[in-house]
Amino acid sequence: MAVEIPKDSWAGSVRVVTLGATPADGGTRSHTIMIGGQNTLPFMHFEKPTPHRPVIAVEIKDRRPEDWSGLLLDIWGDAANDPAAWAKQAEVAGADMLVLALTLTAADGNPTTPSMAVEAVKAVLAASKLPLIVLGPGQADADNELLVPVAEATKGERLALGLCEDKNYRTIVAAAMANDHCVVARTPMDVNLAKQLNILIHDMGLPLDRIVMDPTTGALGYGIEYGYSVMERLRLAALQGDAMTQLPMMVTPGFEAWKTKESKFGQDVPGTWGNWEERAINWETLTAMTLVESGADVVVLRHPESVRRVHQAITDLMTVPETV
Amino acid sequence: MALSGIQIYKMLPQTNCKDCGFPTCLAFAMKLAAKQVELSSCPHVAEDAKAQLSEASEPPVRLVSLKANGHEVKAGNEVVMFRHEKTFYNKPGLFLRVKDSQPAGEIQAAIAEADGYCVNYVGRDLTLDGFAVEAVSGDAAVFAAAIAAVRQASHRPLILISTDPAMIAAGLRAVDGENPLIYGANTGNWQAMADLAKQHHASLAVIAESLDELADLTEKVKEAGVKDIVLDPAARNLSRSLALNTQIRRLALKKNFRPLGYPLISFPGEGGDPAQESVMAVHAITKYAGFIVLDHFAAETAYPLLVLRENIYTDPQKPIQVQPDVYEINTPGPDDPVLVTTNFSITYFSVANEIEGSGIPAWLVVTDAEGMSVLTAWAAGKFDAERIAKTIKSFNIADKVNRKRIVIPGHVAVLSGELEEELPDWEIRVGPREAIDLPSFIKQVL
Repeated sequence: MAVEIPKDSWAGSVRVVTLGATPADGGTRSHTIMIGGQNTLPFMHFEKPTPHRPVIAVEIKDRRPEDWSGLLLDIWGDAANDPAAWAKQAEVAGADMLVLALTLTAADGNPTTPSMAVEAVKAVLAASKLPLIVLGPGQADADNELLVPVAEATKGERLALGLCEDKNYRTIVAAAMANDHCVVARTPMDVNLAKQLNILIHDMGLPLDRIVMDPTTGALGYGIEYGYSVMERLRLAALQGDAMTQLPMMVTPGFEAWKTKESKFGQDVPGTWGNWEERAINWETLTAMTLVESGADVVVLRHPESVRRVHQAITDLMTVPETV
Repeated sequence: MALSGIQIYKMLPQTNCKDCGFPTCLAFAMKLAAKQVELSSCPHVAEDAKAQLSEASEPPVRLVSLKANGHEVKAGNEVVMFRHEKTFYNKPGLFLRVKDSQPAGEIQAAIAEADGYCVNYVGRDLTLDGFAVEAVSGDAAVFAAAIAAVRQASHRPLILISTDPAMIAAGLRAVDGENPLIYGANTGNWQAMADLAKQHHASLAVIAESLDELADLTEKVKEAGVKDIVLDPAARNLSRSLALNTQIRRLALKKNFRPLGYPLISFPGEGGDPAQESVMAVHAITKYAGFIVLDHFAAETAYPLLVLRENIYTDPQKPIQVQPDVYEINTPGPDDPVLVTTNFSITYFSVANEIEGSGIPAWLVVTDAEGMSVLTAWAAGKFDAERIAKTIKSFNIADKVNRKRIVIPGHVAVLSGELEEELPDWEIRVGPREAIDLPSFIKQVL
């Protein structure tokens, strides 16, 4: 019998955000990356083409992150001591773009200074021509103190700066506006809070096509279902035409997964958890893939093998089936 | 045919007696039409109306159940496309496949390892659900012997894999009295397979490359008397499988299309790359599979997949929580520390497991934060100074310890000032943000 395929038709679509600028547009990147643009649920190729594939950003740090899992420090080796070398290695590992996460303190224990942050960002931009996201250490004062000079020193590169949060977004947004960058807006797993922050940032005058939202996720086993459902709801709202949800989504499964005991530790854990390294890679990969299924446009990862597996899976998801 | 709410209303008693829990018969009828309630909730519906309504009130995705030796694996009965719309009900069964070409000893060892696997996650014991045995030898006696080997190592439900009815007949004889799944029927063998399924009370998977063919086959098999059907749209890569699984679920739920209103089976190991098997399985778990057949078993892969399945199938309206209480970890005494957290079960178990593992005795005070994690509860106003103070007082913690000192999670350091006001006799200490740092905090700082 002839089965009629039920196709959804949506009024709204996700905005396209372009990250990175080439010399033609005032930057130094070898290419730009476009994310968003969908007007179907993820990978429903039989309804409408998916304009841009989800991208993998690899997270690197301005200095060796001693609190990271030994598995990560081992695999990146000496590259983890130097953000420029690390950026190159991440590119070799298959990164579509980079996330440079600044550390709160320098190696000597004193706060990271603006000039150190600028130097690290410039070193990464010189070492790799991939588009770049720069995240502050995650404390409002330090974020503002470091990200403003970074924004100024990289004017025109169209970085994404973050994380903007409801209690601290004005300074970062102003710096992005003045220097032709984008921002990442993070809210804690709630559709309305995400909308609200997008509105606040937009009200300052930053165009919506320069905002990426990070609705926050939990790792597998640690609340991923909340992040997963919030992302599905945000994407549905966007397709239904709610303008303030029509932004691409970035999530940080690498950060979340490598924070869990399952990934961080190989000893003093139950035997039923199995081999440490493969378990840790699974934890990151499965967290990331679950979020890609729910609409993530950027997944930020840490381990090269997770990058390889997620990249392969996204390629598979982006393949348009011939007969459906 | 699906009936509208009004059509259903006409067949109800129309007394608005509220015995069903809804204010009016019309409200109940609307819920019935949306398949959000069962007809049995109405104790007064007439018999003839019941017969008419039962067809319409059948679940859009049929419940299929595999049984063996007291074990049961259920799939189907799903009512939504997205878990946030209500919930996903029946967790997809995870099966491990062996082939009859493997030596009996190897089969037994592999099955015994996987069958005995049991991992604890937030207080629940998670296991695989069953096994699949595939006939590749072409010899019915060898297939039956392989099944016998499996049965020596596991009592869980089975899936018998072959497209040759003679093989399946031999397999079914080896598991007489059970309700396995036959995989499966195609355009060439469906008649013989349907006869076998009917005769042995087995469920039957039907395999076809297009939805048109799949729907034709299920109708034929149903006509032949088999009700418990499982669908394999034969997609072995992510994008095709996502498209077909979504289309099938939509047809069942939104169009009430009976020929495809059955659970799905998925084979993540057949994608070609063993490292991608767990990735394919993610997709099967999130996007609508009812039975998942894996080709490799390893604890480091089984554990995250079992956890993902728990997470996705958690009812979003009922966060998994633990009872607010004072939990005594490692038999604490009056001089041991008092720690405070929320009653979200992932939070509770993260904290409790860390302390338990460290061997340090402590009092763990779990406040009623409506099942939310520390940060979420704090943001929602469900984990504030007032609530913490009330909990400390209501459980009479002061009577249990010599030193009035509590440790609050680092994520809610901002509460310490208000808490000092609410609990003037108590010393408030700010602990680490993450549970894994608790043991060293207790040893070094307290």
